[in-house]
Amino acid sequence: MKGTNLGEFEELVLLTIATLVNEAYSVAICDDLEKKTNRSVKLGVVHSVLNRLEEKGFVKSKLGEATSTRGGKRKRYYTITNAGKSALLKVKELRDQYWSIIPELSLKRI
Amino acid sequence: MVSRQASARRLNLLTACCMLPIIYSTGKLMSNPKNFTPPQWATRLLAWYCKPELLEDLQGDLNEYFDRNVKSHGLKRAKLIYIIDVLKFFRLYTIRKPEFLNLIINYFMIGSYIKTSGRSIVRNKLFSFINIVGLAVSMSVGLVLIGVLADVLSYDIFHKKHDRIYRVISRYEYLGDKGNNFMATTSLKSARLIKEGFAGVEEVAILRGYLEGDLQTGERIIPLKGFWANPAIFNVFSFELVQGNPNTALEKPFSLVLTQTSAKKLFGDEEALGKTVILNKDRSYTVTGILKDIPFFSHIKFDMLGSLDTQSIIEKDNWQAEAWDDIWSTWVYLLLPPGANQQSLKDNLDKISAKEDPSVKNTHIELALQPMNKIMFSDSMGNEIGPVLGGTLLWVFSGLAFIVILSACFNYTNLSIARSLRRTREVGVRKVIGAMRNHVVMQFIVEAVIISLCSLVIAVLGFFLLRPHFLGIEPEIQKMFTLQLSPLVMVYFLLFAIFIGMAAGLFPSLFFANVKTIEVLKNTSAFKGRKKITGRKVLTVIQYSISIILVSASIGVYRQYQHYIAFDLGFNTENILNIELQGNKAALLRKEIQELPEVKGISQSLIVTSVGNNWGTNMKYPGSPNDSTAVSFNSIDENYMPLHGHQLVAGRNFLPKPDSAKESEVIVNQQVLKRFNIGGQDPEKALGDVLRVDQKDLTIVGVMKDFQYGRANNQTSKEILFRYEPAKAQVLNVKIQSNDLIATYDKIEAIWKKIDPIHPFEAKFYNEQIEAAFAGLSATLKLAGFLAFLAICIASLGLLGMVVFTTEIRLKEISIRKVLGASEGKLLYLLGKGFIFLLLIATLISLPIVIFFFEKVVFPSTANHAPLNLAEMLLGVLAILLIALLMIGSQTLKVAKTNPAEVLKNE
Repeated sequence: MKGTNLGEFEELVLLTIATLVNEAYSVAICDDLEKKTNRSVKLGVVHSVLNRLEEKGFVKSKLGEATSTRGGKRKRYYTITNAGKSALLKVKELRDQYWSIIPELSLKRI
Repeated sequence: MVSRQASARRLNLLTACCMLPIIYSTGKLMSNPKNFTPPQWATRLLAWYCKPELLEDLQGDLNEYFDRNVKSHGLKRAKLIYIIDVLKFFRLYTIRKPEFLNLIINYFMIGSYIKTSGRSIVRNKLFSFINIVGLAVSMSVGLVLIGVLADVLSYDIFHKKHDRIYRVISRYEYLGDKGNNFMATTSLKSARLIKEGFAGVEEVAILRGYLEGDLQTGERIIPLKGFWANPAIFNVFSFELVQGNPNTALEKPFSLVLTQTSAKKLFGDEEALGKTVILNKDRSYTVTGILKDIPFFSHIKFDMLGSLDTQSIIEKDNWQAEAWDDIWSTWVYLLLPPGANQQSLKDNLDKISAKEDPSVKNTHIELALQPMNKIMFSDSMGNEIGPVLGGTLLWVFSGLAFIVILSACFNYTNLSIARSLRRTREVGVRKVIGAMRNHVVMQFIVEAVIISLCSLVIAVLGFFLLRPHFLGIEPEIQKMFTLQLSPLVMVYFLLFAIFIGMAAGLFPSLFFANVKTIEVLKNTSAFKGRKKITGRKVLTVIQYSISIILVSASIGVYRQYQHYIAFDLGFNTENILNIELQGNKAALLRKEIQELPEVKGISQSLIVTSVGNNWGTNMKYPGSPNDSTAVSFNSIDENYMPLHGHQLVAGRNFLPKPDSAKESEVIVNQQVLKRFNIGGQDPEKALGDVLRVDQKDLTIVGVMKDFQYGRANNQTSKEILFRYEPAKAQVLNVKIQSNDLIATYDKIEAIWKKIDPIHPFEAKFYNEQIEAAFAGLSATLKLAGFLAFLAICIASLGLLGMVVFTTEIRLKEISIRKVLGASEGKLLYLLGKGFIFLLLIATLISLPIVIFFFEKVVFPSTANHAPLNLAEMLLGVLAILLIALLMIGSQTLKVAKTNPAEVLKNE
């Protein structure tokens, strides 16, 4: 198995999936990321990240109902798995740890 | 674990397979509100490369983006972005893995495919018969073509260095007239210059015409033909010497190399090497070598070779062969080192031309190289050393064969799809059980290949039937081809059959592969196959158009042929026997023949006119001293004009003079008067004027009416002279009046044998010679006629299949109509009108094409053509339609006559 580390963009995608709850499918994730991060997000990149996350076991997906938009094609909805949750928590913990030991002064000086 | 994964995947594929048709259909229903759809090909590209489990999601996303982009950027931009995105999705994780599983399945299933194919062939006997026969008929033509190609390809490859041998060809330009094409010959001088001053040429072989005549040894005299050649010929070509030394055999003057066959003819079983033979009762030669017989597939053929140096000694008094412009009878072949630079060679040849051109006034001679391997494929370029096939002929033949084969493949497609409803359910069940698209494709291709292999068996029989006819089309063809079945050719045949099978099976198999499983299985309607009926109608129309085109074109060509054979040449050719003198004294033969009571007259001439022969020279008219022109002539005696019924407009015929008298008179045709405006074009005034021909002043004593000097189809009017040179005669023209021409012919032959026992009697009636002059046309006619016959066969078979199929489908409908009171005539009309309509469309398409072809392509380039006879062509079309109607009628009548109770009781 590949490393279970989360890359920066992977983390963002995973977080977005978590925030969108039941509406997390590729285009929605794209739009949300674009809005929040204010940078242009390419569909192809998101797709490959989603694919990687699924390979690592952080998300799982299922096909939804067919609708009249999207030329009748079904959406693939992603939900975060326990492994994904714990990976997110781990990252957050790590960051918090670092934050907690930064002396207040050193940041203020910058 | 592994096996579970595999089975899960398989299940996944299966569901995807079954779901797909539904998805496609829903997709079609819910089209975009404003009907903006992304480019189809990009969608298909995505579907092709993408893993099936990712495909739907990706397609959906792309569609959503597309809709969005249409709104914000407009349709064009949106399409562009769509295409770019499709290309961008081509990533490692999206690509479909090659499915080895499929290959294995195909391998295992082949046995099953063969079995089911066999069953379906047996079940539908009529359709299988039509398919097999139709394919076989067209394939036999294809086999002949393959045979021809194989023969052409095997030409000259027995030479070990065949890929490095090049022929020097030359183009003659007089006074800047670029009208001439390249000729296969070149000058002796250029050969010497190339040999001396050329880097990058290993050897130069020279063959010079014409060494021919009677070889005598002791009592035996045999006529043989060959070339004068230099010793290098054995280094360039791989003609193998059985006896003698290849380096020295052709070195000394008066040495002769014989082939084994000619040596055997001359010397029997005696040793030939070192013996002396006498050529033409003149000089004696020493046999210095015996050659293995020349292989059939050599474009150079000969019985003997004489050393080149001999010729300059024999023709010492008249030796002009060293001139730069004597480019008419020397063939030069170069052996180039591997990887020679063609461009620099051509530059060097151009330099030679530039240097030598000034040596002859007003003349430019361009030299070029032609690879020996291409000689048989190129069009005949004039002065060829032997017959060549000609690329054009090959292309035309290939094209026609292709059309016929295509037509048969159409039939297969047509019929397979026509009876598809019987097979679609089979395909549906296969798909449900787990067959994928490519499995179905494979199955139907295997079936088509099996059918085409069956056809191959019949086609090979057809090939044997066709072979003698093909070889007999023209005598030349027999000299060029054997059409033997070698193992290699048989492999070609097999590959050809498999290829035809695959080509014929392609469309049906794709059709079946696209069958929508669910619809097929739930829909019990038998009329599913009807959707594609327009396609089949188009095919029928195309087939009949091709048939009608070929038939009416054949009729048109036949009309021209008849027209030319009976063409009024301006003189009489009836019952005239032309005898080749072959070097005999005319007077002797004349005296003997004259005594036959059937012979009404004898004349002598240099050539036989109006059959394509041409003797030319230049003439000048003192009235316009700066103008000289090319003129054709025939040298005759005083009997020639009355015998052939040439008409004089003014003046008189030649008067008899002894052979030794100086040439002083000439008879001209009206074109000559026109050309030089002699006597203001008044024939009477022209008499007594003088023309300068061949450095001789000839007085015009008569003016004759114009006649066809060349073949009737290539020249209309030309300047022609009749010259009085009885001594130069090569032909004896004997006018016969007899009820039994053959008996008279035999008598004359007996006389010939008495006078010349060595040479075979060569005589032909004038009219036969004219027919022979149009042998090319009659060969085309035979070929086109035969192909027309094939095309009709195939089209008729196809139509028969269609008719049987449609009437079978409508059997119930017809029975009900009948029960309700329809008459047989009405039913016939109902069933047949659709087909008749198709045939009429085919006629309307094809006839104008043929008329256009003749009027715009053929006629402008042929002189004296006969007008198109539309009535005759329509008659041909009518015959085709009649055959078609007969078939439609017989089938529909059969159905119309069936007892409705029989059909309906099964319900």
